Amino acid sequence: MTDIIASLYVFMLAAFVGFEVIRRVSPLLHTPLMSLTNALDAIAVVGAIILVGEHKSGLATVLGTIAIVAATSNVVGGFLITDRMLRMFKASKTKKP
Amino acid sequence: MTTALVTDRAIQIIYLVSTALFILSLKWLSSPSSARRGVRAGELGMLLAICATLLYRGIVDYKWIAIALVLGAIIGVPLGRVAMTAVPQRTALSHAFGALCVALVGTAEYYLRAPHVPAFMMAVLSMEVILGSLTFTGSLMAAGKLQEVLPQRPITYKGQNIVNLGLLAISVGLAVILVLDPGHTRLFPLIIAIPLVFGVLMIVPIGGADMPTVISLLNSYAGLSAAAMGFVLDSKLLIIAGALDGSSGFILSVIMSKAMNRSFTNVVFGAFGQVQAAAAGVAEARTVRSATAEEAASILGAANTVVIVPGYGMAVAQAQHKVREFYDALTKRGVDVKFAIHPVAGRMPGHMNVLLAEADIPYDKLLDMDAINPEFPQTDVALVIGANDVTNPAARTDPSSPIYGMPILDVDKAKTVMVIKRSMSPGFAGIDNPLYYLDKTLMLFGDAKASVGDLVRELAGETRG
Repeated sequence: MTDIIASLYVFMLAAFVGFEVIRRVSPLLHTPLMSLTNALDAIAVVGAIILVGEHKSGLATVLGTIAIVAATSNVVGGFLITDRMLRMFKASKTKKP
Repeated sequence: MTTALVTDRAIQIIYLVSTALFILSLKWLSSPSSARRGVRAGELGMLLAICATLLYRGIVDYKWIAIALVLGAIIGVPLGRVAMTAVPQRTALSHAFGALCVALVGTAEYYLRAPHVPAFMMAVLSMEVILGSLTFTGSLMAAGKLQEVLPQRPITYKGQNIVNLGLLAISVGLAVILVLDPGHTRLFPLIIAIPLVFGVLMIVPIGGADMPTVISLLNSYAGLSAAAMGFVLDSKLLIIAGALDGSSGFILSVIMSKAMNRSFTNVVFGAFGQVQAAAAGVAEARTVRSATAEEAASILGAANTVVIVPGYGMAVAQAQHKVREFYDALTKRGVDVKFAIHPVAGRMPGHMNVLLAEADIPYDKLLDMDAINPEFPQTDVALVIGANDVTNPAARTDPSSPIYGMPILDVDKAKTVMVIKRSMSPGFAGIDNPLYYLDKTLMLFGDAKASVGDLVRELAGETRG
């Protein structure tokens, strides 16, 4: 039970940190923000890897394998597109005096 | 300590480092100059976490893990290479994938543990599966609407909200039964199936114009379902990543619904398209002034300050590269050119900025609504390209307008207004725009790309002559 409470504290603190950090993201970058958080969210792949690796039941292995595929495509695609978008954002060239 | 224990501790420490990198990643995203460093931090954190997990001693078989990782990467690469106009549907699709992963893992965990599942665990497990399932189909529907393989028009029927809320209530009710007695394994498939149906029905009544809010809301659900999965697996890393994603989606949904002057509940249960039909169709016989590209170019060339207001119409016409040429032509003449970006310009939060950045327009010229509105009274020409409702002064002045109260770009305060528009037919939302009938407004009728091209040609011609 103490573990659950500790986890709830972690969740609450992370939500507040998320609010404070994300509030500061410029509206300019809201699209890359969404694709980046999406890629980070795919950390769920970690749970799927353990599920498949432990090989406790056929069902778990099948569902877990599909889950790894789905999450990995988010990791790879999410980071790729975020970086592609951010590369496009350039400041104006400073004028020569 | 035994070797096994050392490995376990090492894995936990690496997860801790990954978590810090994830938070830094979002922190560095706050400004374009450090944003790419943020992506690197996120990638490093992800790589560390995945490698650490592979060291976990409970793993007895790597074959399927390897196959799945490779297959996921193969699918992921093309998803990372889509055109910038397709980013909204790609994002919706990735919300669907994320939610699918979470729902599948939740399902597997339940069948591994049932019937010995403690009450709190069963509650978060149900939440994980319900949120994951409805986000999966909801996001697929959103992606379909954005890709225009599904009708963008809201589809409504009598009792729709009662049906939707009823389905949600049944899912929650079943979850409560499972919490009280996790042994009801035959009930479990229902808390997958019913939310899957709910996800579809939830998006059916939502129109294309509301997509920025909906996509943010789905983002938030995807994050919350991942956090729930973190509780089930007792993984702090996952709880934190899910909470970050959830709060990001929540903040964006709030910004989007504020920008559209709507409440959350109104977006989800509203079906916007229906409301306006009655309010439209007032002014018929009012006159507008139209101008040729030549006339417009001579006014633009003589201006000191020009603010361009791009809307989704500009992106649909693929006019952003022509707009860039136009920007260059004016800048070369010493005209100060800025862009006014409404929060809902585009199909997802920030989409318009990405489209303009792709056309090589410097980001310090892209100003959001709060930054640009005080500048309109000193602006010589405001040029509206493919935007409509976000420039409608009725939102400020006419309480009977369906968009009354919506924050708009104060284009009408500029000294001269030019509007590039195909015809006088009312836009997507079907609301008449009094801006077009002002004395200082000039209408340039035609396709966005062709019209901007004409302006560029006229400006170049004038320089030569």
